Amino acid sequence: MPWPVSALPYPFELGFMQRALVAGIAVGVFAPMIGTFLVQKRMSLIGDGIGHVAFAGVGAGLIASVWPVWTALAFAIGGALGVEWLRSRRRASGDLALALFFYSGIALGVVLVSLGGGLNASLLTYLFGQPLTVNDSELSVILTLGLGIVASMLALRRVLFAVVTDEDWSRVSGLPVGFVNNVLAILTAVAVVAAMRIVGILLIAAMMVLPVASGQVLARSFRATLRWSIAVSVGSVIAGLAASRFWGTAPGGTIVLIAAAVFAIVAVIRRSVAPRLPATEEVDG
Amino acid sequence: MAAPDRVVTRAPADIPLLQASGVSFAYGRMPVIEDVDLRVSPGEFVALVGPNGSGKSTLVKLLLGSLIPAAGEIRLFGVSPRDVHDRWRLGYVPQRPVLGSEVPATVEEIVATGRLARRGWWHPLRREDRAAVRHALGSVGLAEFAERPVNELSGGQQQRAFIARAFASEPQLLVLDEPIAGVDSESQRRFRDSLLHLMHEHGAGVLLVSHELSAVASDLDRVVVLKGKVLFDGPPSKLTDEGVSLGVHPEDLPLWLEGLR
Repeated sequence: MPWPVSALPYPFELGFMQRALVAGIAVGVFAPMIGTFLVQKRMSLIGDGIGHVAFAGVGAGLIASVWPVWTALAFAIGGALGVEWLRSRRRASGDLALALFFYSGIALGVVLVSLGGGLNASLLTYLFGQPLTVNDSELSVILTLGLGIVASMLALRRVLFAVVTDEDWSRVSGLPVGFVNNVLAILTAVAVVAAMRIVGILLIAAMMVLPVASGQVLARSFRATLRWSIAVSVGSVIAGLAASRFWGTAPGGTIVLIAAAVFAIVAVIRRSVAPRLPATEEVDG
Repeated sequence: MAAPDRVVTRAPADIPLLQASGVSFAYGRMPVIEDVDLRVSPGEFVALVGPNGSGKSTLVKLLLGSLIPAAGEIRLFGVSPRDVHDRWRLGYVPQRPVLGSEVPATVEEIVATGRLARRGWWHPLRREDRAAVRHALGSVGLAEFAERPVNELSGGQQQRAFIARAFASEPQLLVLDEPIAGVDSESQRRFRDSLLHLMHEHGAGVLLVSHELSAVASDLDRVVVLKGKVLFDGPPSKLTDEGVSLGVHPEDLPLWLEGLR
């Protein structure tokens, strides 16, 4: 690990902890970045659905003896575009479209895994995440995918905001609604796969959504929500990895629990310190 | 093939901004509008009224290109609505915007999205874009609310924010679908001022779909009454001759329209 990561004190003094920290911080940045737009689009659970489709991809990779990250990526992108296609054509409502892929994905995954000889340790690392065993080549994949996600989101943030905030108006106004929605779907799939080894398929969606739940309580603008969400997320990753070292707990689960605890704390503090203005009668839904 | 349909940025004053000729539409076998003619020219202020279920919303969707007419022709800036390349020329204020409102967004963030189509959505916003956004906010009286989250505003203030979003692109045609339904009188006055400002300063045409015309009665060039077909198309004074008041008794027009059902 290059300096200054190599010079970190306990609990990050060991190489495997340092790789976990760098990979975790990358996930901590890009997951809530995408999540803020997904929450605004009322598609908070899409990360979960895509995670299940990615599980089928992992199963396919284990059978085909291909690195499961690539097959998971292919399945996840296909699933994300499929959900978006169903949603945008109004063939199914957003959550029904999700459910279709969600259950088909997990079922296909179970069938593929059983064909491949059943559950094994390598599969479990994808389900629950194991940042402590991330090796250098996996780290460079996570960082490359993460950099691509962050650069795309920064370039598209204005039009993404317009489309997820008011899709019908954006279409009438000539903004490229279909293109933007598909790019967001693809980036979500890439993020799910890039984060898979850190928090696991079952908990990826949590890192996309829980920090945003805290961010929208703390912030009063979209931009500030993005910043707060990333701050909460990166903080949860660092604290979660440290805590898992202290107590020997599963790192992925610990990170997510801390992110959830942060939300509980900020929600309670916000409520007691500055209660939200009651809606006036004129304001409706 | 596409070349004759290309839109030039500056529309000639003699080409109508919006023209519907003999337009019909049906949902399944249920005819909604039949043989409708409608025209909005630069600088013209036209109100579209009609009882509930008269096909107003369907007509607006047809005019904007969201629906395709079964018969007849619609020209937006002289071309088919789906062939309009410079969509910023059209400012649109939807009836009741369904905002994704899970995440707080400030008035300024919302209004700035109105600038994207004009600037090119892949370009960063420049100083003149910021100025246009501030100008739009000021023209609807929301300058001091720029940093406030939209969901903390009253219904009337929110509606003004959506009008400002449409203003931000400095459109040549503004289509407003029931923008002042249930809005307080202060907001209605601001609304009128900002519409007149857009028409006088930018020569824009306005199509206002609304029941509540009292705030703008004296400014309208034409009123179009729709009930499946166009029942009336002319200056408000001619409607007054038929005993319908747009201004003095604000309730008069809605009552009269209901009588048409």
